[in-house]
Order: sequence, then C-alpha cells, then structure tokens
Amino acid sequence: MPDVITANRLADGVVVFQTADAGWSEDFNRAAVLPDAEATKAALARATEDVTRNLVVDAYAFAVETRNGHVAPKALREAIRAAGPTTRRDLGKQAEGHAPLSGPTAVKEADHVSL
Amino acid sequence: MVLWRREGFAEDAWAFLADDAEAPETGSIVVSLKRWLAEREALASRTGPVGVAVDAGADAQAHLPELANRPLVALAFAKFADGRSFSYARLLRDRHGFKGELRAVGEVLIDEIPLMLRCGFDSFDVTNAPTLAVLEAGRLPGPPIHYQPGSGGDEAPAGVRSWRTISAARQG
Amino acid sequence: MYHYDDFDAAFVAARVEQFRDQVARRLSGELTEEQFRPHRLMNGLYLQLHSYMLRIAVPYGTLNSRQMRKLAEIARKYDRGYGHFTTRQNIQYNWPALKDTPDILAELSSVEMHAIQTSGNCIRNVTADHYAGVAHDEIADPRPYAEILRQWSSLHPEFSFLPRKFKIAVNGAAHDRAVIQAHDIGLQVVRNNEGEIGFTVYVGGGMGRTPFIGRKVREFLPERDLLAYIEAILRVYNLEGRRDNKFKARIKILMHEKTLETLRDEIETEFAARDAKALDLPPEDVARVAAFFAPPELEPKKPVSDRVERRKSKDSRFASFFASNVVAHKVPGYVVVTVSLKAIGAVPGDASADQMDAVADLAEDYSHDELRVSHEQNLILPHVALDDLPAVYDRLASVDLATANAGAVTDIIACPGLDYCTLATARSIPVAQRIAQRFGDGARARSIGPLKINISGCVNACGHHHVGQIGILGLERAGEETYQITLGGSADENAAIGQITGPGFSSENIVGAIDTIVETYMGLRRRDDETFIEAFRRVGLAPFKEALYERSAGSDI
Repeated sequence: MPDVITANRLADGVVVFQTADAGWSEDFNRAAVLPDAEATKAALARATEDVTRNLVVDAYAFAVETRNGHVAPKALREAIRAAGPTTRRDLGKQAEGHAPLSGPTAVKEADHVSL
Repeated sequence: MVLWRREGFAEDAWAFLADDAEAPETGSIVVSLKRWLAEREALASRTGPVGVAVDAGADAQAHLPELANRPLVALAFAKFADGRSFSYARLLRDRHGFKGELRAVGEVLIDEIPLMLRCGFDSFDVTNAPTLAVLEAGRLPGPPIHYQPGSGGDEAPAGVRSWRTISAARQG
Repeated sequence: MYHYDDFDAAFVAARVEQFRDQVARRLSGELTEEQFRPHRLMNGLYLQLHSYMLRIAVPYGTLNSRQMRKLAEIARKYDRGYGHFTTRQNIQYNWPALKDTPDILAELSSVEMHAIQTSGNCIRNVTADHYAGVAHDEIADPRPYAEILRQWSSLHPEFSFLPRKFKIAVNGAAHDRAVIQAHDIGLQVVRNNEGEIGFTVYVGGGMGRTPFIGRKVREFLPERDLLAYIEAILRVYNLEGRRDNKFKARIKILMHEKTLETLRDEIETEFAARDAKALDLPPEDVARVAAFFAPPELEPKKPVSDRVERRKSKDSRFASFFASNVVAHKVPGYVVVTVSLKAIGAVPGDASADQMDAVADLAEDYSHDELRVSHEQNLILPHVALDDLPAVYDRLASVDLATANAGAVTDIIACPGLDYCTLATARSIPVAQRIAQRFGDGARARSIGPLKINISGCVNACGHHHVGQIGILGLERAGEETYQITLGGSADENAAIGQITGPGFSSENIVGAIDTIVETYMGLRRRDDETFIEAFRRVGLAPFKEALYERSAGSDI
C-alpha cells in the first residue's frame, strides 16, 4: 500500500508532509507518495534525520489510497489531520486551501433512522 | 562522568565495584545491593567503608533501614523517570535518619536535580553534557521557594502557612 | 477568591522562566523530544493531532472577570479565537505554537493563572464543586482545601514522577457535584458528632479503560491530618503502583490487585509512621486560606422577583431558561446561573473569545466578579441578584449563550475526540452535535427532563462516559467509527459505572439509537417527573436492550 510521511514542525506544531525533494510541505497534496515498503523505509530514514536535526517531531508513515481520482489518506484520523477538524471547516488546512483534493471528510448520518 | 555537589564539582573518593570484581581491603567502595545482601559480613569486616548502589527499577523499600547505616547510598535513575527513588531518598533521610552521602546516578538531568536535592540527595554523577554546562554556570533551574518542606537540609520555613519553605542557599 | 501573595507570584514567575529556558533548549536542539516531553507535559503542553495543545488550569473552576478576559485575549492573540473548557474545569487552546507558549504562560501569570501540572504523571489540577460557596446544602466550602492541596502539590519533590497521573477532587456539599468517586482521591467534607470538620476519603476511583468507583478508606479524617494523610496515600502509590504497564499504573489498579483492605492498611500504616517532616495542617492556616473564599456580602432580598415573574409570563424562552439554568443561591433573592456552552449544534465546551469577554463583563456587572467552570463544560455566574436575571439573560442571548438546557438531554459532555485528539479512536463532537440537533430545544427536549449524556472518543474516557446516564464510547472497528453505549452510569454521591447495552452502532445509526433509548424511557416512565436514571434503576437494562437490538431498524447487528 502506498504511504506518505508526516510529522509536526517543532517550533509551531503545524502538520507537515514530506515532499519528493525530501523537504516538508503544509499541503498534503504536495506530499511524495511512496509506492512500496522500501521507498517508505528510505523516506522515513530521511524524516528521522530531520527529527534528529530538531526540525520536526513525531515523524511517521501512513497509508494513502486513490479516491475520486486523487490521493487520499486511508484512515479517518489521517484524513482529519490532513484537513482540519470536521466540526470547524474554517480551521486548519482546509481553511487554507490545503485539504486533500479528494474532498472533505463526511459526517455520516443516516436519514432513514426513525421510530 | 563528573561528580557534582551543592558546593560545586568534586573529586570522587568512591570506587563503584562490579559484582564480579574482587573487593580491595582498603579504600572506599560501592557494591550493588544484591552483593551487599549476599556478602555483607565479609564486606563489613574490611578496613575501608562500603557504600551500596541500588539499580534503577529495583525494589529497595524493605532494605531502607539497613541502607541507612551505610556511609553512602547510590540510587539510580532510569531514562523514564521511575519516581520511587525520590521516596526512597525522602524516607532514608527523614524516617531512617540516614546521615551519609546520598548519590544520584544514571540519568541525572538538570531539571530533576533541584527535586533530587530537595529529597535529600547530596551528590550527583553527571554525564549529560547540557546538564554539566548549566551546573558549571552555577545556576539551578526552578523556583527557590517551595510549597512543601524538603529533606535537603537547606530549607527554612517561609513565614505564614506551614507548608511553605525557602531554599536558603539559593536566595540572593 | 484566592489571590496570590508575593510568594505565589514569585513561584509562578520562576516556573515560567524555567519553562522559557526549557523551550529555548528544546528549540536549540539541546533537549531531545524525549527529554523535553516530561517538562512540557508538566506545563500542560501536548502535541495533538493538528498542533500543540496548551491546557491551562482553572483551579477548582473559579475565575474572575480579569482572568476570563485574559483567556479571551490569549485565544485571539496566540490561538484561533476560541478555547475549550474541559471536564476537569480546565481550558485548552488547540493551536498554540511551541515558541509562543512561554509568553502565554507569562501573560497568564499576570492574572494569577498557570498551566502547572495540568498533565504529566503528577498530581493534577484539583477540582471541586462548581457551586462551592453558594450551595444550600454545603457543609463547608471545599475550595480552601483544594487551594491548599494545589499549593502543596505544586512541584512536589517526591511526587512529580508518579507511576501515572493523579487526580484529586473535593466536594463540600451533601450532593456530590464534583464526581469525587471517579478520582484517584475523592474528599467529601463532613462534620463529626462534635461538629468538627473533616473528610471522608475515597481512593481508587477512575475512568479509562478499566473504570472503578472509588472506595472509602477513611470515614472521618480530621482536617489537621489532611496533608499528612494524602502524603501517605501518595507515598504508598509512588512506591507500589505498577510501572510496567501504563494501563495498569493508576492507583485504582493497585487497589483492585491488593484489595481495599490491604491498601487501606498500608495507607494507615504509612500514616501512623509519619515523621517530623509530615505536615500538620493547623486551623490558623486553613482560616487564612478560607478567608479568601469568604462569600460576597449579599443583602438578602425577596425570594420572588416581580420583574422575573412578569418576564416569565410573557416570554416562554426566558421561562424555560429560568426552569433549567437557574438555581437558588443560599442567600434569598439571589440565583446561580448556568451559562450553557451547549447551544444546539455547538461544540460542547467551546467558547469564542467574544463569548468569554461577554461572560467576563456579566460577571463584573452582575456576579461580584466571579465565574465558575463546571466539569459539565458550562460556565456559572454564581451570585446573580434575581432582579437582574432578565438583563443577564438578554445579554447572554445576544452572544448565543442563553440555551435553556442545563442538565437536559442536549447538555452533552464530550471530549474533543478524533477532531483534535491524537489518542482518539472516533469523533465525539459531531455525535454530540447531531444528538443535540435531533432533540433540539423545543417541547420534546423539555419533556424528557434531566438526562446526562457523556461521550468519549476513546477508552481514556475524558468525556466520562462511564458515569454518564447514557454513555457513548467511540471506537474504531475495521477502519470505521463505532459507538458503544452504556446506560445507568451516575456521577454523583450514588456513583455508578454504566452497563454496556451490547454491540456498538455506526456513526450513521448512533443518533437513532440514542433516540430509541430516550423513547423507550418516555414510554415506560411512571410519571412525567420520574427521571431517566430513576426509571433505569427501576427497570434495568432489559427494556432498553430489547428496544435497541430487537425492535429498532437502526441497530447494526
């Protein structure tokens, strides 16, 4: 499964994603998509160097998939992290035009449940 | 490794002995708690003084009365602070009347040293370079005033409210 | 309320400077994250899902207007214009930068506030009844004791590296509004036959993945022995609490594994062995601290206000507000007003900077400059003259803070959940919002009566779901949010852990399931005033289970 590397920037805590040139972007859509475990391992090693250099903290890889023709985080947690709180669309990356292009995370509710 | 006391850096007169190393007849030595419990008669009969070192994570509670009779007790701190040694120190000093040297070894970091001093530690084996730098600069971090009586022997009551104290040595 | 003297101010200032130095050393790379983490946690700073999160202590939930305005200012200047009031009477900011946090703490210290020990494996912010000092049924104001404990526990040299976090709550009234039996130590103020003040001491309560109701270890602890006895409990815990597994490290597990009797014996033995350093708490010192909490001088007035009665008769929304959000003060002619942070569809516990300022103004104008934060995530104006109530109500309504739902089905307690929290397994806030929208604030919600719903987004139970009358626990199952329901929990003097109804519900179906539970209750209650919890205690889980899993179209089995 393809992965993306993420971390938080040390000084301000902002969520960042590793880019193809081994830099960091605040925008998920600019993240390098790592096709296999080997690529993930190499990218994580580079990220760990940035942890050691105190640029970022808590670097880790998470799984992505293709949705609506765009790369999207697979897990809800990562989708929220890449976009911002689902309860406050005016906050976080979604408010700065950096949400995953695959679209917002839906708040699911059944219309049909009734008594 | 550098030895630090409240007064400053100091020479270490004590030799920490590995469990399989033969104990010299003279000189100040420190052995593990395990070795002390196994060989205490033989060790006590030698000429030089014998201190005891408690490993990080070891349960020393039952041995505190006995440890209180030693000239030196070393309590080790592990990376993820196991806070039991703070209680051991406090009990050794105030409950068991320990008058000897209480040494902190292992992960001894600058931000914990003031708490360790207040629990009754009076010597510190320091390896962490940033910690050494702050100690060399001669400034301990944190408030010099406290909301509890300490066991370090340098605190005086701070007037109103019985729980408040001031570290005399750190004022002015 | 308490005011810092020079000693307190110097202590907090020194602590801020210590943290400023720690942050500088972290930013320069001198401290690794691993070395820095315990220090930032001891100052309430977390790394959360989107950013850092700073948790600021509101000791025992008491604030003045200047402090509230400072919280608003910090929200605007360093955060995103709002804050989140928590179930532990604290406030959290969700977006601060690490480099700004020393300045935030310095600003807080200017209004006698701090973030000391709002996290970490230490003695946390001491909580108390949010009606302290104004309740009719009060034996003594719990806040002087909470303040003494706050001071005594601050940077305690022996108890700063406990096996796990440690929470103390104090309740001073007959009715427990501080959930003391869900704390590591719960203190109930009591009087003995001689009329002396003391405490009934509960130990080993806690939420989390293994919930326990606290057990009584002392029927009557004399006031003088408070600090020495708590020190004995903490020492036994520090020496014997498990450190091999963080999920088994709380004192509740120690009590469970050792049994109540053994742990009680160990505590009493340690207490009996106390030495010269153990603290005696002399009555003069208690009196000195208690003097800060002397109630404002309120001139007793007529217990019924014509102005209020007239407004009630012509304004049904005001009448609803009066019925649900207003309780009598111990002084006739005054009331205690709950400012609901649970407007229908709002995020439970969130307040905007403008709302904080508005409430600060109201406190200054109408409540003797005093405010409270409740563990139910609402704010309280504790000393409002009855005649002023219409004016207070109108001003609250102008900032969307006059929702008439205190204690009602829509007054939902919820943790931040997966929208903010890195530990969460599911979202809490959207579920709370949708439940509130389902019931609304009309006749139906009112007819349901008092009902406490608590939602947690993971097993850590920050939303206290175990003691919710309806508890909802958000979990993740095969990548989907799943919500488990418990019924019959209770957070007062009859504290109880809720019982799990059965298999969980999807995000789509959870609101319908709650609706089913409420309808089932409405259908089986004997009178309109038989509350949900009374009815549940009478009939048990069975009718609700049947409705949820055998009749409802919405269940997921």
